[in-house]
This record gives sequence, structure tokens and C-alpha cells, in this order.
Amino acid sequence: MADSKGFSSDSGSSAGDSGSSAGAVTAAPAGNSPAGNSPAGNSPAGNSPAGNAPAGKGPAGKGVVAMASDRSTGTMRVKRGLAEMLRRGVIMDVVTPEQAKIAEDAGAVAVMALERVPADIRRDGGVARMSDPALISQIQETVTIPVMAKARIGHFAEAQILEHLGVDYVDESEVLTPADEEHHIDKWRFTVPFVCGATNLGEALRRISEGAALIRSKGEAGTGNVVEAVAHLRSILGDIRAIRSCDAAERYAWAKRLAAPIGLVDEVADAGRLPVPLFCAGGLATPADAALVMQLGAEAVFVGSGIFHSSDPPRRARAIVEATTHFDDVDIVTKVSTGLGEAMAGIEMGELGVHLADRGW
Amino acid sequence: MEEQQGSGRRASGRHSAPGRIGVLALQGDSVEHLAILRDLGAEATSVRDGRDLRGLDGLVLPGGESTTIQMLLESSGMWSELALLIASGLPVFGTCAGMILLASRVMDGRSDQRTFDAIDLSVRRNGFGRQVASFESDLEVEGIAGGPIRAVFIRAPLIESVGPGVEVMASVAEPVAARRGPLASEQRSGGNASDLRTDGRAPAGSRVAARVPVLCRSGPILVSSFHPELTGDSRLHGYFLDMVARGYPLVATEAGSEADKQRSA
Repeated sequence: MADSKGFSSDSGSSAGDSGSSAGAVTAAPAGNSPAGNSPAGNSPAGNSPAGNAPAGKGPAGKGVVAMASDRSTGTMRVKRGLAEMLRRGVIMDVVTPEQAKIAEDAGAVAVMALERVPADIRRDGGVARMSDPALISQIQETVTIPVMAKARIGHFAEAQILEHLGVDYVDESEVLTPADEEHHIDKWRFTVPFVCGATNLGEALRRISEGAALIRSKGEAGTGNVVEAVAHLRSILGDIRAIRSCDAAERYAWAKRLAAPIGLVDEVADAGRLPVPLFCAGGLATPADAALVMQLGAEAVFVGSGIFHSSDPPRRARAIVEATTHFDDVDIVTKVSTGLGEAMAGIEMGELGVHLADRGW
Repeated sequence: MEEQQGSGRRASGRHSAPGRIGVLALQGDSVEHLAILRDLGAEATSVRDGRDLRGLDGLVLPGGESTTIQMLLESSGMWSELALLIASGLPVFGTCAGMILLASRVMDGRSDQRTFDAIDLSVRRNGFGRQVASFESDLEVEGIAGGPIRAVFIRAPLIESVGPGVEVMASVAEPVAARRGPLASEQRSGGNASDLRTDGRAPAGSRVAARVPVLCRSGPILVSSFHPELTGDSRLHGYFLDMVARGYPLVATEAGSEADKQRSA
């Protein structure tokens, strides 16, 4: 597979023990590389490697049923696939099953289950950790849409618990207090897909090289202020546009400057986009905020404190869903922005004690 | 493989313009469908409101969240218009969430879940499990030449029963919880779909090996539990374009008319 260049060291780790669920067949490394699933994706190569890998491990445990021998779980295509299904959608932070229901009723494509929204984490201070598994399970039982949950940066044991709970996406999140100041989680080792935050293209590509299947621009969570989300999105997309027009020699300089694998820089240059979907997070509070970042090039949005810290959460949630879908239809965005009540108060960047976006490396 | 796909398309005898195909683009992965359809020479357009539905020869309902797509179809005023078009015989290809929207019956859905009732299937949302159980697999498809199709299942809906007149084009082995019952059969794909229903239930709590349908067709409606748009393999889209171009009862003429009779009854 010529197109897995730049991944030889990273993807190798995927071949071994993934923290996979019963019956899972560990994917071949090539199948896990984002390069094998590049948006161009028409090469027959994309169809072959994982499928022809000697799979054959039967279901663990009961062993009652003969499964199709080539069934592969946790491949990059499968991980990224769910992110692709969430496009043009809104993922909402919820802290109770009741809020999860409100989010689903409003048309959320997924919920992020957590104990406190970022605005409250900010207010309370102290160490913010993974949520109580009981809360996550209750929310999973309440809604039919995907449920995501956050683990601390580098805290692979929290991520193992979340995978064990069957959450649909793990957010290795700067909103929680980092557990490791040097290393992010080796995400290739997991069957569950990961989303990671990024403030710039280099950070995004490093997370992808560690196995992230979805990138969200970080913004500044819990502020109700979209300014950082815009800055990060513009930085990532601006650099992608710049790389696209550079020659082969310049790509090496970019790789060096971004501190990112040359294979991924090549992929971005060739495709003109990240090898995984790019969503936007951190400070969105209004339908217009959603329309803004979608027009800038985000493929979906995360809304945290902005919904349940407003005066009319169901209505605001619904309005943000409509504005995300119809982001380029000013008539609809105007309509749904009308008479929504109070948005969350919001914080100026100058007043911030802690910049969450600085966490992660 | 590319060549085989290409020759398959030429062999279909369509002229150069295979028609105008809409892809519902409210939420989900419409982009991949649009790209494949355009590669195949179709005029593919995004559908986001009622105006976009006019003059279509076929429609794709993509993957995404069925509850979200349903809500957006209602709020955009497209639901009733689309229901009329489907009832009047518009060819529609539904993948994953799109299949849920076309099925007659949905289990594990929301209480307000609605469908277009266009194909006689019972579908269980996320019946293959949560994301950690999502998988890809090779699939032999009845009526598609050139080797197996790589199928990607993402929190996929499980077809629990199929009505008469529904042709099963592909199936996968799946350990089905016995309490769910209905598909304890070793029926191979392409057989008479109604045979897949069985009353034989295993003891409660156990799981039984079954082949569950994952690609079905009835008249102008084609549905898949999986995502053919995620692999770059265009053969199923080519098949759908053939359905559009040639008129839908390609092989299953009787089945199609039976389904029509049943719907109108």
C-alpha cells in the first residue's frame, strides 16, 4: 500500500491488541490507516487489505455462532464512517437523561454525556475527570442517537472504561484536566473511535497520526464566545489551502513546521482536506454562530454550554439544528434566530483565567 | 475492478445521460453519494427543499441520523411532497438511515418515528449494536458481477423480517438474539425473501445463527443496511441508475407488482 506512507510506525501499533469487544476481529494495519481511506478513495486498494487479512478469530466467549470470517471492527473506515454520518449535524453536551431527551427531541445527531458542562467546570475549578459511568449508562438508555463521552488527555484507562461502556465516540478532551502532559492516548489500540481537539493543522495531523478519526477545532469551551472557534477553524483551513498550492519540496518544510508526518501532509496537499472530518467546537451559542462556522468550512458543530445555559434550551437547540443544516439559507437562519430569549452570558477572552485550548500538544 | 464496473455500466444499454438523481442533503453523508453518482455520469443534485424535488428521475436517501433527518424533512415541508413522489413510483435508494425512512415498520425507534412505508420490511434501529460493533465485511450480491462488495456497517439497522415481494439481494451471518426471534434460518441470499421468516424460536436468552438480509429491493425501492458510498465502489449505485433508466422491475416483475398491489390494498 503505497498510500500508507508516513504511517509505518503509527499504524503498526494497530495490529496487536486492540481493546476490542467480544467477537471483534482486529484489523490489519493498512485498514486502519487513514491513508487507506483517503477521500479520493476510489483506488481498489481501499477495498482489499483489511478484507483479505487472515481474520478467522471466532467470537470470544460463548462461541455459539459462526460469524463471517472477514468481519472487521474498529477499522479506520468504520471509525471515520460514524463521523461522516454526523455531518451537517449538531452534537450537544448534556448532563442528565432529561437534557439528553431534550437534545434528541430537538434533532441532535449525537449527545456528549458529561457531569458538568464546560462553563460549570470553569466556574467550579478543581480537577475535571471522566463522568460517572452510571450517568453515561443512563443517558445511553434514554436516547437512540449516538452517545459520546470525554476522557482526559492521555488517560487511556478512562478511555478503556468508556469503550467498555459502549460509548460511540470518545472525546479526548482539553475540557477535562489533562492526565499526561506529554502523551496523548494511543488511539489505534482502541475499537471505539476518538475525536480530538486542535487549534491548528499541525495539532490536527498529530492527533490523526495517533489514530483520531474525527477532529474538532477547539475554540474556547464554556465561554459562549465564538472568537476562538473561528480563529482555530480559519487556521486549520487556511493552512490546508496554503499546502494545496505548494510544490513537493515545500511539503517537507510544511511537515517540519507543523511537526506532522510528511505522509499526512502529502495527503492533505493532494486531497485539499483533512483525512478525517473536521467539526467545530468551543463557544458556539447561537444559530448564527453555527451558520458562521459551517460557512467557514466546518462539517458539523458541537454545542456545549450554549444550549442548557440559555433561557429556552429546547427552542435554542432546535434553532441551532436548523441553522446548521440550512447554514447557507439566510432566510431560514434569520427565522430560527428570532425570539429565542437569552443566550448564555458569555465571557471575553481577556477575562479568562484558564485557556483550555492551550491543553494538548 | 474499475474496468469491470465500467463495462457493467456500458452493458446496461443506457444512453449517456442516466438521469437526474437527487440526494437528500439535510444531514448525513450526502457528499459521497453525489460524488459516486457524478462519476457514473448522472446529473446528481442536493435536495434540501421542495423545489429540489422537482424533475427528479430518482432519489437517494443517505446515511445519517434517521430521527434528525425525519425532523428536518418535516420542518422543511418536504415530508408530504416526498411521500407523494414515493407513492407514485419514484425510484429511491435508501442506505442505513435512508432504509429506516423507507421501511414499513421500525423497532427501537422513537415514539414519534415515521416512515414512508415504501418497502415491506421490519427494521430494528442500531440492530447490529453500538459503534464498537460496527464493522466492514465482504458481501456477495445477487445480480452484481465483479466479485464481492466491501460493505461498511455503521450502527447499522437490522432487517428483522421481509414481506412477500421483497427480493433479498445480499445477507450476512449475524448472531441474532433468540428473543428477537424471527430470522433463525440458513436461507442464502437471493432466495425467496419470505422464507426468511420462521417461527422457530430458540430458548430465551441464547443467540442463534442467522443470515439477515442487508440489501433488499422491491419494485422501485432499493435499500441497504450498510454504506456502499463509503468504499468508492460504484457498482450498487450503477445498479440503481439501471433501475432508474430501465424502469424498475428489472428481474422481479411479479414481485414488484405484488408489492404494488399490497401497498394499494
